[in-house]
Amino acid sequence: MQLIKNGEFIEDSFVAVGDEDALPDGPVIVSLERWQAERETLSARNTPLGVRLKSGQEPSVIADDLDKLSVVALEFPAYRNGRAYSYARLLRERYGYKGEVRAVGNVLRDQFQFMIRCGFDALEVSDNITPEIWAECSNFFSLFYQPAADGKPTVLSLRQRLAARAQSSDTA
Amino acid sequence: MYRYDEFDHQLVNERVAQFANQVARRLSGELTEDEFKPLRLMNGVYLQLHAYMLRIAIPYGTLSSRQLRMLAHIGRTYDRGYGHFTTRQNLQFNWPALKDVPDILKDLASVEMHCIQTSGNCIRNVTSDQYAGAAKNEIEDPRIISEIIRQWSTFHPEFSFLPRKFKIAVSGTPDDRAAIRVHDIGIQIVQDGAGNIGYEVYVGGGLGRTPMIAKKIADFVPKEDLLAYLEAVMRVYNMYGRRDNMYKSRIKILVHEIGAEEMKRQVDAEFAEIRKAGTLHLPQEEVDRIQAYFRPPAFETLPDESTELNKAVLADTGFANWVKSNIAAHKIPGYAIVNISLKPIGGTPGDCTSDQMDAVADIAEKFSFDEVRVTHEQNLTLAHVRKKDLYAVYEALKAHDLATPNINLITDQIACPGLDYCSLANARSIPIAQRISERFADIARQHEIGELKINTSGCINACGHHHVGHIGILGVDKKGVEYYQVTLGGAADEKTAIGDIVGPAFTEDEIVDAVEKVVNIYLDKREAGERFIDTYRRIGLAPFKENLYATH
Amino acid sequence: MAQHTRKGAQFQSVTANRLQDGIVVYLTADGRWSESLQDAAVAEGKEAAEALLAKAEPSVADNTVVEPYLFEVSPENDRLSAASVREIIRQAGPTVRPDLGKQAELADAQC
Repeated sequence: MQLIKNGEFIEDSFVAVGDEDALPDGPVIVSLERWQAERETLSARNTPLGVRLKSGQEPSVIADDLDKLSVVALEFPAYRNGRAYSYARLLRERYGYKGEVRAVGNVLRDQFQFMIRCGFDALEVSDNITPEIWAECSNFFSLFYQPAADGKPTVLSLRQRLAARAQSSDTA
Repeated sequence: MYRYDEFDHQLVNERVAQFANQVARRLSGELTEDEFKPLRLMNGVYLQLHAYMLRIAIPYGTLSSRQLRMLAHIGRTYDRGYGHFTTRQNLQFNWPALKDVPDILKDLASVEMHCIQTSGNCIRNVTSDQYAGAAKNEIEDPRIISEIIRQWSTFHPEFSFLPRKFKIAVSGTPDDRAAIRVHDIGIQIVQDGAGNIGYEVYVGGGLGRTPMIAKKIADFVPKEDLLAYLEAVMRVYNMYGRRDNMYKSRIKILVHEIGAEEMKRQVDAEFAEIRKAGTLHLPQEEVDRIQAYFRPPAFETLPDESTELNKAVLADTGFANWVKSNIAAHKIPGYAIVNISLKPIGGTPGDCTSDQMDAVADIAEKFSFDEVRVTHEQNLTLAHVRKKDLYAVYEALKAHDLATPNINLITDQIACPGLDYCSLANARSIPIAQRISERFADIARQHEIGELKINTSGCINACGHHHVGHIGILGVDKKGVEYYQVTLGGAADEKTAIGDIVGPAFTEDEIVDAVEKVVNIYLDKREAGERFIDTYRRIGLAPFKENLYATH
Repeated sequence: MAQHTRKGAQFQSVTANRLQDGIVVYLTADGRWSESLQDAAVAEGKEAAEALLAKAEPSVADNTVVEPYLFEVSPENDRLSAASVREIIRQAGPTVRPDLGKQAELADAQC
């Protein structure tokens, strides 16, 4: 597995820790259950903390905790299971989360751009993804009809810009 | 009709390039079938019984002559010279090679067409009324909002991996020719007291294994809020729709399990938040921009009566029969709506050869402002024909076996491709439809029977919409033998109803006789002016059930 | 995937679709893929059938075919027939278009 964050291949500084494992020093990502069970101890640590949500565990359950979390990892148990696209958008657009939203699980290259648009800024991808593949797949489409979490201009706004320019050159 | 601007073109071209790349990677082995399958499905490429099948999107069923000619060309060049119009207003080709699909997509893109989202667990083609812009009691042309929904739903990053497929239909008149109440979302255009346009929204309709009629969850969504409202419905579905069981994954199951009231509550809550954020507010300028594409064509001022038409009707009985069944009233005096039957006696319902497509394109260009519509009943419509031109149109259609005078009559059947083509099917459907068609071919008898819609599906997926046929036929497999189960009293219009199962299934040899018996029971019991469905609604299932199995 | 075959079927063959054009093909005794059912290898009994299906795997790996599976056949006289309606149609073509598919193109396919 490799981690791509903001388009760069980086070393993952976070360790995914099982519910029964001892906590190592340094940044960790724990399950929602562990977070809910050991909130106090986990928050008291002086290192970055992440929580991993499974499909069916909505971001609303950690909405009040987001200021304590550096990473929210959203699981795709199968590429077909698209719940996390909604979860990511809610984290960004409803709860204003500014930390890392990481896609984990069955993450395929043909979904990269959808994930970015929904607010994922980190993706855990398979080892055969090269920087070239990333560059190509994260930019297949240059235009978007609908608004999403990435705040990119939509076709509608481009049309409005065109119309405004046409109008101003009419009146020029 | 809508014309792509530079942005629409660019998006389709980028998708064509993307899929060409994916096909190349599949053919070279870089992608496995498992990785490729969801991608090819999102581009409408199925693997069927004999070959691949390509499903081409025809947004809200509207085509220009130029587009129809390109479909004819594709049929000739890459396929076997014919296509099949479906119950979702799309076109299917049954024999394309995978290696040719990128070229086919390029050809389609050159005439502003595509296969995007015609399959897969995403938002599919938005379907609508084939009489759009022509029907007398139309509140607003439903294609305007259909086009707006089409754009919003295309490559939607949040809703491309839904629990299951998602189908939206829009109706712009009180009579529903789009079957909105058996769609995942059905939209009914309405007007408030002050004349403002708004939308009733129905959710959770669908056919298949568990047929259900949609529930209304909104009485009046203002136009500028519709996309925000739809986004709310989709988000609730994406998050809470079941993903554990393929047969329980449609939104109809969610609505059934939590109840319409709870569905409404959740959607309203999400809608309030999305609306607050404001990003999906639909500006009037964009509505105006799209509306301009659906402006009425330059109608002439004509008297409503046409002496040419009246003379021709008296002179030619074949023409008279065709006018009687295939012509519908137009809102503009002197004009008529022409329905082209793709149900010749003994033919495959909905099939159309490349030559026939070219003929229709020529006729549409000359006589109907260059526009053709596909209906969800697998026929075609020319929406704006001058009454004085009707005889010329009839002759031109007749020359290509396109003038069968049977619209809404018993031989105007819907049938899915069935086991002759489809790898999901349990039984053949087309031969049943053909034999029923031949049994009732006599035109006088058809008029005697009147309006009667027979729908046949080759499996429980119900692509033939058998649940909502006046007579529905479902092909089943019993120990390797094809059997046919009959339902009665279904309807897909504004009085939507799911048909009642009559009893044990019939063999291939028995089914046509069974249908004839049902018809005879109706003829025996009906009162003056009643269509089959009216009689059924009055007398119910029992008289049919008793008599149908009397000597079974 | 072994669908479309009756449990306890005595004779089975392997079929798939060609990747390039989707055309129906049958696995022969020497590991090739033929468009004609008459060329198909016949396996008798469960073990032989599973072995035959395994012989299809390399063709999936090298992207010749997709989705191979076992189906029941009846060898009668010197003609091989498919046992199910589905596979009979699949080896011939649409019953409503006798001018299309293998029934029209191959000398030995019939419905």
